Amino acid sequence: MSALNSLTIAAARDALRQREITALALTEACLAAIEGAGALNAFVHHTPDIALAQAKAADARLAAGNAPALCGIPLGIKDLFCTKGVASQAASNILRGFKPEYESTVTQNLWNAGAVMLGKLNMDEFAMGSSNETSCYGNVVNPWRRGNDTTPLTPGGSSGGSAAAVAADLCLGATGTDTGGSIRQPAAFTGIVGIKPTYGRVSRWGVVAFASSLDQAGPMTKTVRDAAIMLGTMASHDAKDSTSADLPVPDFEAALTGDIRGKRIGVPKEYRMEGMPAEIERLWAEGAAMLRDAGAEIVDISLPHTRYALPAYYVVAPAEASSNLARYDGVRYGHRAKLGAGDGITEMYENTRAEGFGPEVQRRIMIGTYVLSAGFYDAYYNRARKVRALIKRDFEQVFAAGIDAILTPATPSAAFGLGEMADASPVEMYLNDVFTVTVNLAGLPGIAVPTGYDSKGLPLGLQLIGRPWAEADLLNHAYVLERAAGFSGKPAKWW
Amino acid sequence: MSIDIETARKVAHLARIAVPEAKLAALAGELSGILSFMEQLNEVDVTGIEPMTSVTPMRLKRRADLVTDGNIQASILKNAPDAREGFFAVPKVVE
Repeated sequence: MSALNSLTIAAARDALRQREITALALTEACLAAIEGAGALNAFVHHTPDIALAQAKAADARLAAGNAPALCGIPLGIKDLFCTKGVASQAASNILRGFKPEYESTVTQNLWNAGAVMLGKLNMDEFAMGSSNETSCYGNVVNPWRRGNDTTPLTPGGSSGGSAAAVAADLCLGATGTDTGGSIRQPAAFTGIVGIKPTYGRVSRWGVVAFASSLDQAGPMTKTVRDAAIMLGTMASHDAKDSTSADLPVPDFEAALTGDIRGKRIGVPKEYRMEGMPAEIERLWAEGAAMLRDAGAEIVDISLPHTRYALPAYYVVAPAEASSNLARYDGVRYGHRAKLGAGDGITEMYENTRAEGFGPEVQRRIMIGTYVLSAGFYDAYYNRARKVRALIKRDFEQVFAAGIDAILTPATPSAAFGLGEMADASPVEMYLNDVFTVTVNLAGLPGIAVPTGYDSKGLPLGLQLIGRPWAEADLLNHAYVLERAAGFSGKPAKWW
Repeated sequence: MSIDIETARKVAHLARIAVPEAKLAALAGELSGILSFMEQLNEVDVTGIEPMTSVTPMRLKRRADLVTDGNIQASILKNAPDAREGFFAVPKVVE
């Protein structure tokens, strides 16, 4: 058997239940891999003591024949999730030292299902970024390289640590969160699978809020089957999140039949962006052909408001962020600036937030403050919410016309070099989310699946978008695409 | 819409983020760039469209108006930068 840490969740689960391996050995293999992967900077808070204790408990349950869905499976947790007694700081200096007194619903669901926590994963500060370069812990490095070129590449963002850790086999799966593409873009940049569920499928309770009407947590895994297994545990109705859906959680893994005959797959013409690289164009056409070969019908569709999704997003998301992040005031938790002589409470707030928030977070808070301020609320915020309603309507019309899923590229390019966008304007960086952000605005499920490589050997992914609450069907489409593409590449170990 | 230094100062204050005087011009430039990107939204005909208020059409759940939690003062104060005698401590607010 290959190294235990390189197993998929499904393979490890089966081997654990057959008593071929132990949760302790599996966890130790991951802890050793993490120990040797400091150069990737993916894990930022290590919790080996918790991991070993959970692994021993899992072995006891396995021995007793009482093994829940993820019993003994070692996972990494994005730093955005509150984990009781373990640093949870959203990669921000303003939460330095913060150790929650409570556990997020998602992570509690995972521990209840027997999963093992290896530690907390790096990310963009408050999930604001597309390259993992805004973290207070420093950049995450993508385990993939351009052939023999040693230029360090971004793993994408904001769930960059999660993506790098899964791609480098430091853990079997990881939690991510996605506000505008933060699961799907890093998954595509690292050759793994990432699904953003329908808004409301997964509880947001205990997840540090960025933009509450857009945020959803989801799994980042090595395969579609693993995503189905992990999502089944992460999803739940939760009375502590008023937007959590009171719907039964289907058996997502059982939905992976590989049969999509007669399904109608939409290919939206508006996603064919001007100046799109030929290799992305080709990847997309190949993906459509794979689904057609599996018996699906490919249909040209139109989502006319697509081009307004990014500007609408960059009004709505900062507006909600400016409100959500008002809580970081140096009073109840986190960083407080040292007060000078004569400083009052206003100086305390202003200096605390200037010291604690990084530049991108400050920029978005101020944009949000501006678009919500008197005199501009209608012109920016209300207009953006109207455009958002139109973007959602585009999708509703397409689904009403009988489309089952939509196929698009996941990203406009393969992973770029760390620092390569340093001179770009914030708006140029925002263009990374051009294919993913519509899905958040409309509250739909979307999944990134690795299906090919660029000319330098870097992974590329396609995105499938599903109907609301149809994650089971969406995962089945992704499963077909995954099997047809046969992507099985792993980054050559250099770290 | 272009943002001048005065507006940038006002926004920073509303956001309660201290921005040094020397950096206000750069901030104004950045904010202007982002806002001009948003100007594209003005091309869209939104006549008769209601602003989206809820991602999925669902009624917010109600629950009985009962205390569900409590007696966790120590937990609540645990992460405070300055907690004294069961309270959060802040600089003097009223002269």
